[in-house]
Amino acid sequence: MQYSAFSLLKNALTGHRYWKPAWREAQPRDRYDVVIVGGGGHGLATAYYLAKNHGITNVAVVEKGYIGSGNVGRNTTIVRSNYLLPGNVPFYEWSMKLWEGLERDINYNAMVSQRGVLNLCHSDAQRDAFARRGNAMRLHGVDSELLEKEQVRKIAPYLNFDDARFPIQGGLLQPRGGTVRHDAVAWGYARAGDRRGVDIIQNCEVTGFRIDNGKILGVETSRGFIGASKVGMAVAGNASRVAGMAGMRLPIESHVLQAFVSEGIKPLIDTVITFGAGHFYISQSDKGGLVFGGDIDGYNSYAQRGNLPTVEDVCEGGMALMPMIGRVRMLRQWGGIMDMSMDGSPIIDRTPVDGLYLNAGWCYGGFKATPASGWCFAHLIARDEPHAVAAAYRLDRFATGHVIDEKGQGAQPNLH
Amino acid sequence: MTPLPQSRRLASGGLIDRSRTLSFQFDGKPMTGHPGDTLASALIANGTILAGRSFKYHRPRGILTAGSEEPNALVELRSGARREPNTKATTVELFDGLVARSQNRWPSLGFDVMSVNSLLSPIFVAGFYYKTFMWPAAFWEKLYEPLIRRAAGLGRASREPDPDSYEKAFAFCDVLVIGGGPTGLMAALSAARAGAHVILCDEDFSFGGRLLSEQFVIDGQSGADWKAAAVFELEQNPAVTLMRRTTVFGGYDQSTYGALERVGDHLPVPLPHMPRQRLWKIVAKRAVLAAGAVERQIVFGGNDRPGVMMASALRSYVNRFAAAPAQRLGLFTNNDDGWKTVADCIRAGIKVEAVIDPRPAIPEAFRQLAIQAGARLFEGGLVQDAHGTARGLQSIDVMTSTGRTESVAVDGLAVSGGWNPAVALTCHLGARPVWRDDISAFVAGDTPPGLVVAGAATGAFDLRSCLADGVRLGAEAAQAAGFTAVAPTVPAASEETLGLMPLWKVTGARTKAFVDFQNDVTAKDIVIAEREGFRSVEHLKRYTTLGMATDQGKTANVNGLAIMAALTGRSIPETGTTTFRPPYTPVAIGAFAGHHRGKHFRPTRLTPSHAWAAEQGAQFVEAGQWLRAQWFPKPGETDWLTSVNREVIAVRGAVGVCDVSTLGKIDIQGADAGTLLDRVYINGFSALPVGKVRYGAMLREDGIVMDDGTTARLAQDRYVMSTTTANAAKVMQHLEFCHQVLWPELDVQMVSVTEQWAQFSIAGPRARDTIQKLIDPMADVSNMALPYMGVTTITVCGGIPGRLFRISFSGELAYELAVPARYGDGVIRAIMSAGAEYGIVAYGTEALGVMRIEKGHPAGNELNGTATARDLGLGKLMSQKKDFIGRVMAERSGLTNPDRPSLAGFVPVNRADRLRAGAHFLGLGAHPSASNDQGYMTSVAFSPSLSHWVGLGLIKNGPNRHGERVRAYDPVRRGDIEVEICSPVFIDPEGGRLRV
Ligand SMILES: Cc1cc2nc3c(=O)[nH]c(=O)nc-3n(C[C@H](O)[C@H](O)[C@H](O)COP(=O)(O)OP(=O)(O)OC[C@H]3O[C@@H](n4cnc5c(N)ncnc54)[C@H](O)[C@@H]3O)c2cc1C
Repeated sequence: MQYSAFSLLKNALTGHRYWKPAWREAQPRDRYDVVIVGGGGHGLATAYYLAKNHGITNVAVVEKGYIGSGNVGRNTTIVRSNYLLPGNVPFYEWSMKLWEGLERDINYNAMVSQRGVLNLCHSDAQRDAFARRGNAMRLHGVDSELLEKEQVRKIAPYLNFDDARFPIQGGLLQPRGGTVRHDAVAWGYARAGDRRGVDIIQNCEVTGFRIDNGKILGVETSRGFIGASKVGMAVAGNASRVAGMAGMRLPIESHVLQAFVSEGIKPLIDTVITFGAGHFYISQSDKGGLVFGGDIDGYNSYAQRGNLPTVEDVCEGGMALMPMIGRVRMLRQWGGIMDMSMDGSPIIDRTPVDGLYLNAGWCYGGFKATPASGWCFAHLIARDEPHAVAAAYRLDRFATGHVIDEKGQGAQPNLH
Repeated sequence: MTPLPQSRRLASGGLIDRSRTLSFQFDGKPMTGHPGDTLASALIANGTILAGRSFKYHRPRGILTAGSEEPNALVELRSGARREPNTKATTVELFDGLVARSQNRWPSLGFDVMSVNSLLSPIFVAGFYYKTFMWPAAFWEKLYEPLIRRAAGLGRASREPDPDSYEKAFAFCDVLVIGGGPTGLMAALSAARAGAHVILCDEDFSFGGRLLSEQFVIDGQSGADWKAAAVFELEQNPAVTLMRRTTVFGGYDQSTYGALERVGDHLPVPLPHMPRQRLWKIVAKRAVLAAGAVERQIVFGGNDRPGVMMASALRSYVNRFAAAPAQRLGLFTNNDDGWKTVADCIRAGIKVEAVIDPRPAIPEAFRQLAIQAGARLFEGGLVQDAHGTARGLQSIDVMTSTGRTESVAVDGLAVSGGWNPAVALTCHLGARPVWRDDISAFVAGDTPPGLVVAGAATGAFDLRSCLADGVRLGAEAAQAAGFTAVAPTVPAASEETLGLMPLWKVTGARTKAFVDFQNDVTAKDIVIAEREGFRSVEHLKRYTTLGMATDQGKTANVNGLAIMAALTGRSIPETGTTTFRPPYTPVAIGAFAGHHRGKHFRPTRLTPSHAWAAEQGAQFVEAGQWLRAQWFPKPGETDWLTSVNREVIAVRGAVGVCDVSTLGKIDIQGADAGTLLDRVYINGFSALPVGKVRYGAMLREDGIVMDDGTTARLAQDRYVMSTTTANAAKVMQHLEFCHQVLWPELDVQMVSVTEQWAQFSIAGPRARDTIQKLIDPMADVSNMALPYMGVTTITVCGGIPGRLFRISFSGELAYELAVPARYGDGVIRAIMSAGAEYGIVAYGTEALGVMRIEKGHPAGNELNGTATARDLGLGKLMSQKKDFIGRVMAERSGLTNPDRPSLAGFVPVNRADRLRAGAHFLGLGAHPSASNDQGYMTSVAFSPSLSHWVGLGLIKNGPNRHGERVRAYDPVRRGDIEVEICSPVFIDPEGGRLRV
């Protein structure tokens, strides 16, 4: 059933009795052309684009819990393409373009809100670095504006301009950046894929791979063996674990990142703002909660929870930047497991196993990548060759030195 | 306006202090209450039940509970900069002068225009927004979203900085008892009598829990008296810390508990020097969770109408606060506990009109009680709908056991749907609660290490078992913490039964039946969610927003789950469990930040010459945590460039001094010190003669430059390394890692001495003359005795020990003089007077930067974490004779490609043009596009020596392109100029000046 204001009205008149499930509760079949492991944003988007762009509809997404139980439903919903390096900008900009047309494409309102992403700078060196980045974005045809302090003040007069330890000197604004309702992305892609024939199989954990002579035959799952000509892994925080079942050791560490939401309040913060002298970023959800976060906890972990020192650090950043939020209460804190790669950039590539493909290494920035990641992973799986905008995301780049290190932190994943 | 009398205050009883009267205002109306009241109880005593408007439909909502689980009665407390949105009136301790305002309504609470939303409710069902608002695309940000945002959110945050302060503290104990009700008090007594150091926390301002609100008898005394005696004993015990107004909000790893103490929230403003709140991190050997249980709703039509109240809350208001929420009450209970309400109402003189108990048969004693109260009894009956207005309840429709519907006039309805044990803290580390059919509730599953659950929190809802639990678990906890416990005898209390018949939702309701009050989630929304496939609990929660409001669904979640279970024909545990995330109740962001705000966000590190520089009127700049002098304006100098040019010219022409103490200094000692340095630096240090200094660069393991600096050899087994200011800690960490993890066999020790030494760069042609005047007579610092890149120990100013390094960052004849930090202030003054006759100036980081750019030294902007040694022109330093960290990885093809951007100098073709760092290089005439991007400008400076701007940059194949012209393209600053590539060394390329 198509969603629209009209269908909503019509259904309101009949007591909403005729809505259909957003996606079928599919049961695993014996085999598929393609099995995607992981029902997060990336896995679901991949399945959708396999069907839509490549006509491959005999596809299953297998998810160990419920779809969206991973990072796609835990992130702070920020989307942007304000990247610096040539390997990244075209990819994230393609993602941005897909976001811009997503809702009409998948017929689901994911509340793509281009409210602007503002990064603040607090020193001359930081301003120069922003200029470099802003210029790089412009060279790629991406919108960017370098703001003076007074322009920042106009956008966010409540920031600490008076007694800041690290005074705000300006900022880099990407007006097209913003936020997207994260759960809706998973549900919207699931529904759109389902409508094209994709099976979404929940509560089905992949426990192993069946590989013969270097070729993939299918996946072992908690609900039995599922045969497949091709298998794509899109399990984000569990990438090392899942790839390990295929005998691979990935250049990835798993770390906890926390996020926080405050009680709902009337509109207070209209853009996405990131602090440049500490780890803190914030936006306000349409429901009114301030959604904020900061640094990862710093130790390797598969536990989806964080600890107090990081909570304190994040809130310190928040209070330093916008002292008006002191009396606003934090309502919930939670954590997700980040697939932190060695250069902070992702991997979308073939693996040494024929027919097995890898999508991983998203660190804490993979939500914004969801559409392009799905698009490019589908392309790779369908055609066996990388999509142009994702061509740099090779697994062997750590061996060859063609790393894509935006932050210049090197092979220390917890610093990316 | 004078306040009206407290019309609903009972004539006697309650734990309030009637001898004092407190004035307060709600929505501008003056009212009074007493110490011991909460805002909610005071409102009730003044006849006000209506306290807020709901989130989506703006339905009028009344006070529902008497605790932190309150979904409805949220107010804006205080005003101005202290305004706190969404404050639960049920947890606010009344103080004199309190001002509160209802929220999310316009123009008034009684008449709210937005309640038209209720008419649109057939459209505003769960998830409606995912289905519409998609066309046209641009309307989302411009029209739909602003409308939604304005309608959503409840209270308004203040837009002013929070004027109060917050504190953080640590506490350690043997036994932490969470919750000071009968169980918790008993557990604390039991553990304390064993000698354990006990911390007892309760979120309430008074200990006692349900003892305050029920007519209990323990050991022949009233519950309140027993409690008073227990608290007295605990207070006398020095090993016990009693923390009232303290919520343990989270359980974390390593037996750490987060707790929030509301130190000054019960006062109009905190007293001087008093924090508003204090964040405690309590590390407990053992913890006893005695947080009680939360009564839950029953879902029926109009169950959200003002006047509908939890039965336990009603008893709290009557017994503890002596306030009557109703005069003609209905009671709807599916369990024995709810029946306590009847007896309490009789005692308080509140008329019970009807008792509706869905159970087919109830104990005879209850029938008698109903008769005694003169109440109509509906055994096997159900409340289908409650009717009323914003002003209060008018009637309820009761479906009798025979299927008739009867209307009963009431002005209040007490509801008890059973109890949910408060097990949130057992789940914060990831454990799931488990379902117990006998009490129809979730109880703790696996508990975190060291934590046990006691009393009502385990599902033991009668007082006798609670006390027994407290005795036993308190003693066991003390024992586990190493004490010998003698379990006290369990006080006597009467037995109680629960006899619960699960009832989640009444069928046949004609009006809206709410599950989650605050988020306006109705039973119908759950039906829609199920229909659309959002059947897993988490999907249900996220699709309908059930349980995501400020009360985290404390009164709602289990009902939602049960309704979903019924719809899908599964059992409740099959349907899922509820998840609990910290914090248990919301915590002010300011409390987590503590003092770390404003100037105190991070420590400020001051250089040894800071006070002197401040006297000179220096302009300071943040360099990491350091404050450094950026330049020293002279009278009449109005713009920074004038001052900086003057400083540079003075250094290059005479002499200048700069505090360089912020650079990292690491003292490295031991027989293998040289070996360690050989391995971390790309160039060799073990062959460096004593008394010599060498420039070195070190790589990360991945072959990228990590840091650079000079290292001096002071003795055969002693070096002192200097690092960049930015990387001081990182390099120290790296060396420690290398030593402790990679090569523990090396005989070497190191310590950071950055803060132990004041270090001044004295640079310029007259530097030696200046130095000469400072050092004590016997030392020889002639060019022969102390040549370029030499180091010597000396004394200055009559015996102050120091080190003199002949090194230069500026490219001039220069020294760095290091003295113990405490002499820094004196020595900078001495340097200035010694140099006065040569025209010495103090120079800051700007002039320092100009001179290093003129000399082509790479610094922070070039050491950008992606440049290799070769990129920076340091390739020839990479030793071929020895191994060093990063050597192998630096040879990867991606890092050796000659096309990589590498260091070059740049000058504007039109010498009047200004250069800008961050500009990208494009070929002349090339279209501005990513494929034509050749690199970028890293650092720029106006060179007073050359009278034009100079820059350093990384450009493809840079060293081989000197003389070529390119575009410096800077669209974000509307810059686009032609520049010429040149050598990065603009001044004295042969280095003659260094060696004079
Ligand atoms: C707190 C937090 C904040 C973030 N903020 C942002 C942000 O603001 N902007 C941004 O761009 N990104 C952000 N991210 C990162 C982003 O959420 C992730 O990079 C992205 O969601 C990862 O892709 P995904 O959606 O496919 O992952 P997931 O949603 O994690 O999907 C992976 C799925 O694989 C499933 N799975 C795992 N193992 C198996 C198995 N063996 N069998 C079957 N299924 C399996 C998991 O259950 C999971 O559902 C944030 C992340 C977190 C945790």
